[in-house]
Amino acid sequence: MDKKAKKVAVLACSGIGKTLGALARETTYELVERVRPGTAVTTCLALLVAGDPEAKRLVFDNPVIAIDGCAKECSKKSIESQGRKVAKAYQTIDFIKKHKGLKPEGISELNEAGQRLAALAADDIAEVVDELAAKEDK
Amino acid sequence: MNTKVPYVGVVSCSGEELPEGTTSRVACRKVLEDLRPGKSVTICLPLFIAGDEEERKFATAYPTVTIDGCEKRCAAKATEKLSGKPAKCLVVSEILKEKGLPRPTKVRRLGQEDKAAAQVVAEEIARAIDEVLEKAE
Repeated sequence: MDKKAKKVAVLACSGIGKTLGALARETTYELVERVRPGTAVTTCLALLVAGDPEAKRLVFDNPVIAIDGCAKECSKKSIESQGRKVAKAYQTIDFIKKHKGLKPEGISELNEAGQRLAALAADDIAEVVDELAAKEDK
Repeated sequence: MNTKVPYVGVVSCSGEELPEGTTSRVACRKVLEDLRPGKSVTICLPLFIAGDEEERKFATAYPTVTIDGCEKRCAAKATEKLSGKPAKCLVVSEILKEKGLPRPTKVRRLGQEDKAAAQVVAEEIARAIDEVLEKAE
């Protein structure tokens, strides 16, 4: 029997006022496009907040990871405002602390250090994506 | 009474799933940084949900222009629901259609053609800001 592949929904805050938000967005794209394509999927956070049925289905049918820029945790809180608990929440500021040599800059486009940092963050988060997808498979 | 409004708040959907969401985000930053610095401010859309009263009062403190990627108009709807009625609501897909420009194709980083489209959208946002400020004076 063909088993339907399990997904893990990854939602970034995409904060437009800070580099930290851009880093959350870029980390999400790294996961979805490079690190775990097909398993990690994303949707517009604003669409979920607006109550779109498809966006709600995605987060209720799959485990959800929130990637926020800062301690305000806008992504996590937005998801939880829809009645869905997140399986795991990250703040990109923690990845900056972990990789002190990389200083991300830019909002519309991250600088090279920011892009490298996003790639490293996505590599870290990939393990959790795998765990969550495996749990869902059982 | 004539109250001078110093700023217009620009709220972008920043939709992660569509190239138009990225266009809205890039255009919004262009307005803040290049086209109307000192006349525009922004707030992260999800902060309306996560923030406290201060953030929720954003649209009462500033007239707002929302910029959405698609016809779902998440930024406009969320701003109205959580903060206050926007002064103007713009939609990237509609602006591009009006101008005869193609849909952007890249969701993560805009290509050269997409950047040119973002510039056009930014100019529309700047025009909307000017109109709102003019009306408020």
